[in-house]
Amino acid sequence: MSEKVMMKGNEAIAEAAILAGLRHYFGYPITPQTEVAAYMAKKMPKIGGTFLQAESEIAAINMVYGVAATGKPAMTSSSSPGIALKCEGISYLAGCDLPALIVNVQRGGPGLGGIQPSQSDYYLATRGPGHGDFHVLVFAPASVQEMADLTGRAMHLAWKYRMPAMLLADGTLGQMMEPVVLPEPSNAYGEDNPWATTGTQMKRPHNIVNSLELAPETLEKNNIARFERYRKIEETEPLWEEYLMDDAEICIVSYGITARISRNAIVEARKQGIKVGMIRPITLWPFPKEPLAAAADKVRSFLCVEINMGQMKDDLELAIKCRKPVDLCYRVGGMIPTPDEVLEHIKKLAEGEE
Amino acid sequence: MAESSVIIAGFGGQGLLFAGKVLAYGGLLEERQVSWLPSYGPEMRGGTANCNVILSDDPIGSPIVTHPSVLIVMNAPSLDKYESTVIPGGKIFVDSTLINRKVEREDVDVFYIPATQMASDMNAAGLANMILLGAVLRETACIKDETLPDALHHVIPARKADLFDVNMKAVQAGRDYKE
Amino acid sequence: MVVFEKPHALTDAVLHYCPGCTHGIVHRLVAEAIDELGIEGRTIGIAPVGCSVFAYNYFNCDMIEAAHGRAPAVATGVKRSLPENIVFSYQGDGDLASIGLCETVSTASRGENITIIFINNAIYGMTGGQMAPTSLIGQVTQTSPYGRDPKTQGYPIRICELLSTLEAPAYLERVAVNNVKNVRRAKKAILKAFQNQVDGKGFSLVEVLSACPTNWGMTPQKALEWIDEAMIPQYPLGVYRDKEAE
Repeated sequence: MSEKVMMKGNEAIAEAAILAGLRHYFGYPITPQTEVAAYMAKKMPKIGGTFLQAESEIAAINMVYGVAATGKPAMTSSSSPGIALKCEGISYLAGCDLPALIVNVQRGGPGLGGIQPSQSDYYLATRGPGHGDFHVLVFAPASVQEMADLTGRAMHLAWKYRMPAMLLADGTLGQMMEPVVLPEPSNAYGEDNPWATTGTQMKRPHNIVNSLELAPETLEKNNIARFERYRKIEETEPLWEEYLMDDAEICIVSYGITARISRNAIVEARKQGIKVGMIRPITLWPFPKEPLAAAADKVRSFLCVEINMGQMKDDLELAIKCRKPVDLCYRVGGMIPTPDEVLEHIKKLAEGEE
Repeated sequence: MAESSVIIAGFGGQGLLFAGKVLAYGGLLEERQVSWLPSYGPEMRGGTANCNVILSDDPIGSPIVTHPSVLIVMNAPSLDKYESTVIPGGKIFVDSTLINRKVEREDVDVFYIPATQMASDMNAAGLANMILLGAVLRETACIKDETLPDALHHVIPARKADLFDVNMKAVQAGRDYKE
Repeated sequence: MVVFEKPHALTDAVLHYCPGCTHGIVHRLVAEAIDELGIEGRTIGIAPVGCSVFAYNYFNCDMIEAAHGRAPAVATGVKRSLPENIVFSYQGDGDLASIGLCETVSTASRGENITIIFINNAIYGMTGGQMAPTSLIGQVTQTSPYGRDPKTQGYPIRICELLSTLEAPAYLERVAVNNVKNVRRAKKAILKAFQNQVDGKGFSLVEVLSACPTNWGMTPQKALEWIDEAMIPQYPLGVYRDKEAE
């Protein structure tokens, strides 16, 4: 399995999920993530798994909910407008403490928007995609290799913490091909799921998978207990990558495809003697607050690079408690900033600081 | 070896993505860093389409090529769109069957190959892409000669394996073409 | 001496249903069918949103509470995950015939090997008596205070007839639970709908015409009579699909 193969990001997600033990996928066609469904449609029948093209995004997430209730890995994938439709189901998964993997290969919005890449579902993903108080784990891959690696990790942590996980990619990452070393086959889920509805076999009291609780005292307790679990996740599960941060005076914060673009700009800026580095969040929830707060002690300013109107900027300013100025470099609607545009922004910041 | 950033652009259906895949697989087989990025959406079905390929010895940042070192164009709108983006000293490969005008830039090397006509003459319609690729390999050596057959084997689907020879022939024709 | 016992597949929980409501009868018929087929240990039930939302507390088998209308999709997921298990959903008319109609039709059209018990009482009960997709022409409800007017509120949906246009369903029958004879027929139909699944025959749905005296504004006795007088003429009882018999 250690051989490098060329794969599209969307296909890498699909294969990695299968390698991590996924056998039940439900989806609905939408650009730019349809390759995930196409891959599953080809592969699942050959390995005794389920591929089902659901009648709607809503049906797909509820089929995921059904499989999740039986304690097995379940997955759906879509792009922004489709994810909005799944939000009800994601909220139910969270309310029932069920693990599942939801892949969002983002495109521009709002409304029907466009089909070109976007990161404009950052709020939707990180604030709990659906009604009620909850979070989902959110992973932001920046390469086809990470599409594969984070898929298995998302499935495992979803099971470990009994909550939905979202892989938040974008059209570029979904469509591009890069060499990837696929992970070894594994079981993302453990064997023992005493909560699962698999039939009592007349040997135990019945299990109930349910999010309804009409007694406010109890519902409050349930919510607080869930958030205590979230606090632990915020302590232990943030992932990030630092690039040339040792002597950096400007810190770029960017994830996914824009982090790749920023990297080019940083290389160029360094050639021109500008001390710029990058902290790239790999988990967006939990957000890597700690390294950002630490960077705020050292750098003079931050530059947030995103393909939305600055949604992550809020989290960045909260993480550093607004101690340093945060600037924003963005394009939206399917437009992507070029490395030159980011470089210009870095240069402006550097000049302003002199 | 220097980094190659390639844009292949033209109409959907001209095999732009395929030619890009051959380069990308070549890079993979030579254990270099590689990225391949297609345009996607409705333009894949007849409108303008393009494919970005980067071959590098260093980790690749943006997979989006903004300043290509190699530009392959298979229709006039693509030449209009990308001519100015090529780096000084870069190379432009023009399918001169489909593009009448000349490249205006003087700081780049330009190669005019009547690839669509040649493909038609050799009964290999649809392989203008590979003829152009042959010229690119001759002029840039962005992948090694000996890597090509293996790369082609990876990219041609198993059910079309019989097309290997004609693809190789098309590449050779492009390599041999002299203006 | 015959002792009238509670079916094992029902828990000891006290039902929350209103006096005269027929959900209790249908719960019992479902539980009897589960007992008689000896499938409780491998059965997984899906509860809807609506009056029977708490069905998860009343059946002794494993239970899942679904979002409004999504029970057939959830049941599909469960059945695909555990094909050897018995999966049923228990849904009302708002759940199955309005907000979840797409899931209902699509699941039936795929011929999922599941059992659906569909309670049609021509009204939204849990939210306090609003117009249902199955409310009758002229029926007064909170949201059709002048009576259901087809010009603006459309006509009642006949689910069995609608689904009988599909190729896949194995069994569709409409029954009622307003008198002893009808209850006995309902029992037979529900048993058959589960037996079909055990035998791998495919999608089975039993529509049960049910009484809602509270929201109909009738005495329990009058409500049972209204099923005969008003509902059955609109929703004729009978078998709409039986692949076995064909």
